[in-house]
Formats: sequence, C-alpha cells, structure tokens
Amino acid sequence: MRHIPALALVVASTVLFAGCSSTKLEEKPPVQEQPVAPAVVDHSHDVQTVVAPAQKDDLLTNPALANRSVYFDFDSYVVREDGKPVVEAHGKYLSNHKDRKILIQGNTDERGGSEYNLALGQKRAEAVRKALTVMGVSDSQLEAVSFGKEKPKATGHDEAAWSQNRRADLVY
Amino acid sequence: MIKRLVSSILFVSGLTCCVFAHAQLRVEISGVGSTQIPIAIASFADENLAPQQVSAIIKADLDRSGYFKIIDTGTAMSETSDINYADWKARGAFDLVVGSVQRLADGRYDVRYRLLDIGRQTQLSGFALTDIADHTRLTAHKIADDIYQKLTGIPGDFSTRLSYVTKSGGEYKLQVADSDGENVHDALRSIAPIISPSWSPDGTKVAYVSFENRKPIVYVQDLVTKERTVVANYKGSNSAPAWSPDSSKLAVALTLSGSTQIYSVNANGGGLQRLTNSGGIDTEPRFSPDGQSIYFTSDRSGGPQIYKMSAGGGSAQRITFKGDWNTTPRISPDGKTLAYISRRDGQYQLYAFDLTNSQELRLSDSGDAEAPSFSPNGRYIMYATKSGGRGTLAVVSIDGSVKHQLTTQMGEIREPTWGPFMK
Repeated sequence: MRHIPALALVVASTVLFAGCSSTKLEEKPPVQEQPVAPAVVDHSHDVQTVVAPAQKDDLLTNPALANRSVYFDFDSYVVREDGKPVVEAHGKYLSNHKDRKILIQGNTDERGGSEYNLALGQKRAEAVRKALTVMGVSDSQLEAVSFGKEKPKATGHDEAAWSQNRRADLVY
Repeated sequence: MIKRLVSSILFVSGLTCCVFAHAQLRVEISGVGSTQIPIAIASFADENLAPQQVSAIIKADLDRSGYFKIIDTGTAMSETSDINYADWKARGAFDLVVGSVQRLADGRYDVRYRLLDIGRQTQLSGFALTDIADHTRLTAHKIADDIYQKLTGIPGDFSTRLSYVTKSGGEYKLQVADSDGENVHDALRSIAPIISPSWSPDGTKVAYVSFENRKPIVYVQDLVTKERTVVANYKGSNSAPAWSPDSSKLAVALTLSGSTQIYSVNANGGGLQRLTNSGGIDTEPRFSPDGQSIYFTSDRSGGPQIYKMSAGGGSAQRITFKGDWNTTPRISPDGKTLAYISRRDGQYQLYAFDLTNSQELRLSDSGDAEAPSFSPNGRYIMYATKSGGRGTLAVVSIDGSVKHQLTTQMGEIREPTWGPFMK
C-alpha cells in the first residue's frame, strides 16, 4: 500500500515530462558547435513585481506626526509647552529621514496690516525652525516662510478664532 | 442664417453677463470739501452716440472729488452753442462745461469740450480728443482732469487707475479699475492669496506678492502683455515690493537672515543687495519721491515704528514717536506728508503726519484701516477698511473733509493701490 502513491507519482511525472518534449530520455540533445541568434522570446505576458517603498513616511500612519500645527500666545513668538511634543515628533522624524524637506508656514491673527503680519508670522515659523534645528534637523531640510494673516484656520473675528490662527504649520 | 443670428445673440448676452459680473464698484459719498465751486455741466450734444455718456462721467468725477457743486443744465449744449452768461450767473454757476460727441467714419469718437468762466465771460479751457469707443470713459476722465486743474490749480487724477485684491468664495483676483471703480479688469486670478500690489512708475506693470507656490514670492506683471517675472524668490518669505522712482529697482522684504529685512533687487530680477541690518523686523519699504530715501517699518525700538534711511541702506532715523504701534508708511507725491496706520486703544487708524511740522491728523474713524495709498495728485488717500464686516475701500482727502467709499456687491476688497499719472 505504501508504494502505490510513490509509484503513481513517478508514473505521473514521467508522463508529464514526456508530454513536454518529443525527445526520448536516452537521447542526448544535439550539441551546438556554432553560435546561433538568441531565440526571440515574447515577454508580453511577463509580470514583474514592484515593492512599494514602505511608505517612507510614517507620516500617514504615525499618530505622533498627525499633528502639524504649533500654536502661539498673543504677541508671542515662543513655542508653547503644548507645541513641544509636536516639534519633537517631527524633529525626530526629520532627523531620521534626511531626504524629507518641509515648509514651516507661520501665521497670525487678522489684526493689523498684511505685511507686518507677514513679518510676525515669519517669527513664529523661525521659532519652530530653530527648535527643529536644535534637535539635529539639517537646515537644508527646513524652510521657514510666512502666510501672515492670509491663511486663517478659523474665520471668526474673536479670540477663539484668533487663537487658532496664531500658529505655525509644518507642511511636507 | 437664423441659427447664426441666435448664436450671435447668445454671444452678446453672454458678454453682457460677463460685463455685469465684472460690475464696477459702488461709490458712496459721505463728506465734501468746506468750499465747493458751483459748476454747470451741460449734456454734450449727441453724446448718446458714444457707448458711455461723457457728461455723466464728468459730473460723477467732479461730484466725488468733493470740491464742486454740480448744477444741472437740463439741456444739451455743444461747444458752439451761444451762451447766455447772465442767465448762468443768475443760476449761481461760476463755470459752465459744454461739448459734443461725433462718431467718425473710422468708428472712433471725437469729443469736444469747452470750460467757460461765467463771471469773466471767457473760455478757461477747451480741446478735442479722438479715441476708440472703448476709451470713451478715459476721454471723459481726461476732460474732468482738465476742469479740476483749471479750477483748483491741482492736477486732476480721475484718469488714473486703481489696483486692489478681491476675495470671493475661494478665489482671489488682482483687479485694475478706473479711479471711479468702473472698467474693471482682472490682472490675476488665483486660489491662493495675493497681497501688496505696487504700480510701476509708468503705470504699465504691477509688482505683487502671490502665495500660489505655498510661500510668498514677489512677481512683476506687465499688465499689457501679461508677462510675469519672478523678481524675488529666495529661501524664506519674499514680500513688500516697492518701486524705485526710476523703475530700475524694487525694494523688498526677505527673510534670508532669519528675520525680515529690507533688500533691493533689479526690477527684472537679480542684483540682490541688503539694505537693513537689524536683528528684528524691517519691512514695508517705500522710496521717497526723489528716490534718495526709503521709509520703512521697524521694531528695533520694541513695537513697530516708521524709520527713514538712505536708499542705499545704512543708519536710520526714527520718524514716528506717538503711539506704540505704527506701520505701513506711505509718502505723499510731494514728499511732505507721511501716511501710516497707527494702533491707538486697540483701533487701527489712518494718520497723516506732516513732515514739515510734525503735526499728525487722524483720517479714519472705523478702527480697522489698512494699506493706505496716496492719489497721484497727493490730495486723497485710499485705504482698506471694513463695512458690515466686509472689506471695502475708503477714500479721504488729506484734510479729512472729503470722504467716499467703494464697495463690491459680493466678497471682500482689500490691498488698494492708486496708480500713477500716465503719459
């Protein structure tokens, strides 16, 4: 009983092999003395595999990187305690991913003129840039710019809205 | 044939729709000069031939200026009509404007006008202008300019143009309009903010800051050819363009050093030169009319104040001392008056500062004034303000007496800049 499956396998493989070629097993294949043109192979049915770069970001998946805004107090250009974890998470990521570059966009609330607010927003972007540099992020990965009061997150005209708009956004 | 007619009607109505959508700004006058010259302005003979009514445009210009009291004549009078001076004197007119419109064989319009002094019974001025139909408004503004100059001694600037930014829905537009808010054209449409438009001295180009590339970059756009040149796109922010009076350079604010500082660049890009060297904020440069100095905003003393330095950079002299927050310096065409925005008791107000005697005058009352801009004859300042929570433009004479507002039907209007006199 034990031999039957093994025998069956041998028979089957022989039949299979025989089916592939008309050459008898005892016959040797002809030896080519002369170089010949390589056989034309149709590759149109080939399928090659691409391995997607393991989302070189944890940007999408790492919850620590989900927060990209650092908020500031009125008339202040110093990163607050609640902004430090945000800066640290991105600083760590950028230190480990030297190929990534970001824009740090500083923002202000709506009070005052557009150009002076642009300069004040720049101070916020610069504060975040410096904090990232301290963490070892290369200057070439960072560009501090300002939107001034032109890109409010909240459109109201009260302190609740303004506090949302005094911020720096990290833009990958 | 019928199909063709229908499609051309559709085309025409489509055009009407677009012209309407581009509709002019609405003017509201809320203050006039303390003395007004009574002037009778007759309808011009055959003026209905032209696309716009010339006499109506002249009347609106002079009325808006605040220095004229318009007397309606009720009748059309051409430059050849007989004038009954005694009659006009009895009606209180010091001056009388008459004229005519003629359509020439080549389709252009010939507009003739005369300005008459009723008391002296003489002609003060008069000329004929021939131009294409599209320039009928311009012709009327030029006549109003001439009347204003002959009767007040100051050049009229009705024929100059405005540039400003509108925001409606998610769209920003840099627009150019006549000084009365009519004849609106889009120079740039964008889904990103546009700020700080600045006219070239010859009035054919506008420099501005666009955020279309995720950061502020300074462009110069030729309004005629619509060619755009990037004049400042350095690492960091690029903003606050101001033309040198000879058009060769732009002063800009850049952040290459980490803080906002003033540099100059060539008007066609390149030629970077740093002009200020403080650790803080130096921005909003403006050349003096003689090109020798630059006024700017700096926080080197703590809060923002206005300073003045040589156009080549170097040491600066502080100009403003009243108030702890003064920004956005604009210098009058004669170099004698400085306009700026001062925060007093939390209110952002427009002030005019007489540089010859250091007297300041508050010109706004709403408390959210921004972006002042002198008219080219120096007699008015236009600025951005809010009305009913929406951005509008206000115009005030430098003595504070004449006031009017320009509003849009929808959306916000901001960042006004009054263009220069043109050839």
